[in-house]
Amino acid sequence: MSPVTRILSTLALVVALMGSMLTVVETPIMTLGLFALPVLLVGVLLSILVLAPYRTGLLSGARACAALTGVSLLMAAALLGTVSAYPAAASHGFWAYVLVAWAMAWLSVEELSGLTPQSPLGQRLVALAIPLAFGVWLLILWQLAVVGFGVPRVLLPAPSEIWLRLLSSPQILWEDFRQTFLKAVLIGYALGCGSGFLVAILVDRVPFLRRGLLPIGNLVSALPIIGVAPIMVMWFGFDWPSKAAVVVIMTFFPMLVNTVTGLAAADRIQHDLMHTYAANYLQTLLKMRLPMAMPFIFNALKINSTLALIGAIVAEFFGTPIVGMGFRISTEVGRMNVDMVWASIAVAALAGSLFYGLVTLIERVVTFWHPSVRG
Amino acid sequence: MQPQPADNAARSVIDIAKLSLTFETGDGPVHALSDIDLNIGAGEFVSFIGPSGCGKTTLLRVIADLEAPTGGTISVNGMSPHEARLARAYGYVFQAAALYPWRTIAENIALPLEIMGHSREEQAERVRRNMELVDLDGFERKYPWQLSGGMQQRASIARALSFDPDLLLMDEPFGALDEIVRDHLNEQLLKLWAKTDKTVVFVTHSIPEAVFLSTRIVVLCPRPGRIYDIIDNPLPRDRGLDIRETAEFLKVAHRVREGLRAGHSYDD
Repeated sequence: MSPVTRILSTLALVVALMGSMLTVVETPIMTLGLFALPVLLVGVLLSILVLAPYRTGLLSGARACAALTGVSLLMAAALLGTVSAYPAAASHGFWAYVLVAWAMAWLSVEELSGLTPQSPLGQRLVALAIPLAFGVWLLILWQLAVVGFGVPRVLLPAPSEIWLRLLSSPQILWEDFRQTFLKAVLIGYALGCGSGFLVAILVDRVPFLRRGLLPIGNLVSALPIIGVAPIMVMWFGFDWPSKAAVVVIMTFFPMLVNTVTGLAAADRIQHDLMHTYAANYLQTLLKMRLPMAMPFIFNALKINSTLALIGAIVAEFFGTPIVGMGFRISTEVGRMNVDMVWASIAVAALAGSLFYGLVTLIERVVTFWHPSVRG
Repeated sequence: MQPQPADNAARSVIDIAKLSLTFETGDGPVHALSDIDLNIGAGEFVSFIGPSGCGKTTLLRVIADLEAPTGGTISVNGMSPHEARLARAYGYVFQAAALYPWRTIAENIALPLEIMGHSREEQAERVRRNMELVDLDGFERKYPWQLSGGMQQRASIARALSFDPDLLLMDEPFGALDEIVRDHLNEQLLKLWAKTDKTVVFVTHSIPEAVFLSTRIVVLCPRPGRIYDIIDNPLPRDRGLDIRETAEFLKVAHRVREGLRAGHSYDD
């Protein structure tokens, strides 16, 4: 047992015991302690029943992990139920139990990361469970804090409200997604990465372009997107092509620079080797230099997958038809519909992560031979 | 004195006369090679030996058209080195195996064949034959990073032989390997040479390796890089590793060592 887990489990046990004497919720008409809230009472008793043997070392390993996870989730459910029945009325006892539940969640993850399952499936499940637990507990604490403190929803809506908004307006969110992601982002990404790649091949082949084009490419990449977006709207109109143009400008340079670097990655022996075979330019390019450049090219593809989404959303702030994720965010903020703003952000985050994940997956297949992939 | 049969000496593969190569550097000219005269006949196994900086690798690179001489004449198979390279006259084995990690061993060996436009069946046949020649059969589908250093270097030899050049140029191919693996590969290389009847030019800085492998040993010395001695090796062509214990072997090795010592300038 590490010092951190020892301190944390002692703290949780003491707070759970002391918490029984504190009030849990204070409504204008009444004050409720632990014993008036039977579900929460069961949760607290179970926590003490698990924490005590865990602290003394009687409970450890996989069983401790399972018990801590189960009871902490039960506590979370009881706390969430309590706080939604008495919003903005949480008292000291309530926060004490939040602390206990959170400490147990921490301890369960600590135990989980200490597990070393034999089967590869088990290892993969453990590797997946740890970030999942982090994400779930972030949402739980967010929900408890916002509802418990009665934070105004204009400042920060609770996750439950954002979820309800996601469920109630799929039509609007889908239209926005199609406008911004499927049109501006994907088309701009393909054009930007594609042209960056082709120009890199050209720059590599023609030495004077390397000296002439690379500095200009550098200049273009330094252009502030906020300044470029309105100009693109004037050039290409209000609809998605102007946003795709912004995405092209943002993604072009990372691809250009990375591909140029990647094409120079082959060392002298490998060039000499192709030279001894009297290989021509195209053979050297296709059979040696491009495969060699793939890790660099995928680096650019990954960077660009997030840049493209940012570019398209921000570009919509500068004039757009009444659809699109950027448009939705900017207008709904003005209307104080913050849950809609957050719902759009959630969709964007999910789409961005999936896009990035997809590119990473393809990278693992293509550059299977690279030391960073083959492990 | 001449151990080679007359018919082998008759056709000369490499003719070098008054060859020199000077690199222009910031600190003034560096005479990498100066006044080199050398003929290598078909079927010979010639080693270049010398301390670092003596130009032995540079000389091999000049033969391979990887460096251009600044003076003198050189012909390979009666052509200029440039023409010989375009005619794919030689296979070159580098200090490192330089196999492509995204290709399997079989695909790596097929690389020169792909570039030279052989048909698929022809490629498969030659890959099979050359993998057998270097004792790598069974490893076709492995990737280079799954093989030991010695196996990788054997694969690179198979790759150099795949298009069946008459001339094999080897630049310290076993320099990075440990003693035991090196002995084993030296023995295999001799067998392979006997089997294929190729002309081999071999760069090394190991005296036993040079004496064990070669029919002729060229001792080079530095500043400027030049030939100090050319030693005909009287050992029989068919030799095993234990020949290294014989008096004859030690005599040749002694002469090589004397040459290296005399050619070395002790001013540094």
